[in-house]
Amino acid sequence: MFGEEQWNSILDIAAASLLIVAALLTLAAAIGLLRFPDPLSRLHAATKPQILGLLLVVVAIALSARSATVLLLLIPVVVFQLLTAPISAHMVGRAGYRNGDFEPSTLLVDELAADVDAARGSELPGGSWDDEADGGSSNPRGAGS
Amino acid sequence: MTVLWMIAGAIAMVAVLLVLVRLITGPTLIDRLIASDVLLTTLILVVGAEMVISGHTRSIPLMVVLAATAILASVAVARFVTRATASPATPDAEEGSDVR
Repeated sequence: MFGEEQWNSILDIAAASLLIVAALLTLAAAIGLLRFPDPLSRLHAATKPQILGLLLVVVAIALSARSATVLLLLIPVVVFQLLTAPISAHMVGRAGYRNGDFEPSTLLVDELAADVDAARGSELPGGSWDDEADGGSSNPRGAGS
Repeated sequence: MTVLWMIAGAIAMVAVLLVLVRLITGPTLIDRLIASDVLLTTLILVVGAEMVISGHTRSIPLMVVLAATAILASVAVARFVTRATASPATPDAEEGSDVR
């Protein structure tokens, strides 16, 4: 149906279009970073290009290179990003919640607050949620978990 | 074809400039952390886009290394922020009044 040259140009145009979509995702993340009110909602915007944008660029590279070896080399990129992006987002969100870097009025439900109150009231010695004194910096468990 | 590439490059450049604004002005450390994360992600995407445009595949190892080590900065700084909160230096430390 298509000749060799036509296939080449079709794949090239598809790759370039994927690049544009990935760039648009990055732009959306940047606008979200600028306009969202607090760090936790900015975190939501920031994670869009991390997975989908990277996938689009990887597919664009595969379409442009058209080689099984390149495809094999591209798999670790996606795997590493899929493994590490949730961990870093979790850590950043955890730090943001503990620092109080969010607006409580924007939350529909705060399920963690009930657990924090329960942990404060119970016998748990760790108390890394402390506003109360837990022995200060001399207590190694305070900074631990 | 060149027009499509230039459009993608222009969009990415605008995005990086906006992220830099948040990186510089961001009121809290978490904001700057998120912005630098987005900056690194954009770097990975641009490295990949450059391979498509120039028609080579030599930068794939760079993409692998960047994707694997992007977590280190986020986790280290997030731990630092949380630890500074978890062990207040002064007894009357209020929530969120420490590392900014």
